[in-house]
Amino acid sequence: MKVTGIKDNIKLRINKDRIFLSLVVLFSVITVSPIVLIIFKLIEKGYKQLSFSFLIEKTPDTLQAMSAISAHEVIPGGIANGILGTFLMVALAGVIAIPVGIISGVYLYENQGKLMANLVRNVSDILQGVPSIVLGLISYMWVVKHITHGFSALSGSVALSIMMLPMIVRSTEETLKMIPQTLKEAGLALGIPYWRVLFGILIPTGFSGLMTGILLAVSRVIGETAPLMLTALGSTVINTNISKPTSAIPLLIWEFYNDPNMVDLIWSSSLLLMIIVLTFNLVSKQVAAQRK
Amino acid sequence: MNTNILEIKDPILSIENLSVAYDKNVAVKDVSVGIKKNTVTAIMGPSGCGKSTLLRVLNRMHELYENIHTTGTVLLNGEDVFKMSPIKLRRRTGMVFQRPNPFPTMSIYDNVIAGYKLNGISQKKAERDEIVERSLRDVALWDEVKDSLTKKGTFLSGGQQQRLCIARALAFNPEIILLDEPTSALDPVATSKIEDLLITLKENYTIVMVTHNMSQAARISDYSLFMYLGELVEYGKTKNMFTNPQDRRTEEYLTGKFG
Repeated sequence: MKVTGIKDNIKLRINKDRIFLSLVVLFSVITVSPIVLIIFKLIEKGYKQLSFSFLIEKTPDTLQAMSAISAHEVIPGGIANGILGTFLMVALAGVIAIPVGIISGVYLYENQGKLMANLVRNVSDILQGVPSIVLGLISYMWVVKHITHGFSALSGSVALSIMMLPMIVRSTEETLKMIPQTLKEAGLALGIPYWRVLFGILIPTGFSGLMTGILLAVSRVIGETAPLMLTALGSTVINTNISKPTSAIPLLIWEFYNDPNMVDLIWSSSLLLMIIVLTFNLVSKQVAAQRK
Repeated sequence: MNTNILEIKDPILSIENLSVAYDKNVAVKDVSVGIKKNTVTAIMGPSGCGKSTLLRVLNRMHELYENIHTTGTVLLNGEDVFKMSPIKLRRRTGMVFQRPNPFPTMSIYDNVIAGYKLNGISQKKAERDEIVERSLRDVALWDEVKDSLTKKGTFLSGGQQQRLCIARALAFNPEIILLDEPTSALDPVATSKIEDLLITLKENYTIVMVTHNMSQAARISDYSLFMYLGELVEYGKTKNMFTNPQDRRTEEYLTGKFG
């Protein structure tokens, strides 16, 4: 037996192991670094502009911005029109997508393995892959041209709701599948009609699962820009009428980008958008964790 | 007529020529049997013999499965259950399952009253309190939980949960209680509590239960029903069947030759 040979071999193995470990660490760092760099950059560039008035005032016009810059002052005004518009449109999209999504999810859950349900599931998956600008275009054709006869918050919401739909359908189906079948049977055996079993037992039992899906869908669409460009258009005033053009935070970021005087506002607006999206993400993780 | 099948006079539940098939698989073959009021009747037999199906036909829970085909009649107090609405039928029959399954989002109180609440039956608070107390007393759970009625039902131990589920089934004052291996997920102490409970419950209720446990059937049932491959092989007083089985298959099953 060559004892020394074995020793050499072990050394080689240890070295291989070290190399592999450092590669794993390196790639993990590469994965994490974008988000750290993004947040760092946004805070660095955007914190000056972030203030209470930034949240409650509407966007300044380009002249106000220009004079502020030439006087080396912070640009006045805020993005209240965008914040309100974003929440208005996302809420309205939820009102459309949540009931439809949950009911479709229930349908898929109750018809496992059936042809029609499989078809619906596949179509819903395909819908998830449709580029958001195409959804904006479709909403333009349906809502802007025929319902509101002009750019509107409603048309933006319709586009966003189509984006949310597949995620809610899937999360509803998966959540219901995880609830033990015997709970449903126990309800039915008490002579409770199916729809009351659904709303009184199954949905409350899977509430946090459904909530997780909804929150993730919301955080997914809250930063959407492309479909809103073709539908909500944007607005410089605070608007609460769903049939009128409405602003949104991502739309404002795009507008600021195109106006050399407003460039400073990009960072603070992006920072705020990032904070909102992260909050939704963290809350949905928390809700999901509570479930276990 | 099979002479190994005892005839019951004035049965509360009467099953006549009942056959159930899933797709082409026959689960229950031409079963005719009567269940006597205020007794415990045990349905025994090896796995896959159709005993759970037979139990589920009695409150039409078997209709949840797809492609089922049922022939024959089941009469509950003389009324054809297949001509009733399943919702009404299920309020007249309580069902308890293998694993305790209290509704996880509801308190103990709400679990007991769930049948009323979720059916949208409006009641005064006092009326509800009374039903909850009576049902929980019936299952000997009242003294253990009377101070924690607002706690979630899932906080109870397995045996207590199962008694809670029985209380939930009793809340409607059912004419018959169907139990599907109610103790198979419980420890021996909890099991014996449930068994004692069933013996006291038969004073007011009629109990039909599926069991895998032959000694359990011997301990608590008055009548036993032995099924094999969907057929009703033998039906009679438990004492007689255990001491002097008429059919060779019953004897072999009871002596542990198969099953």
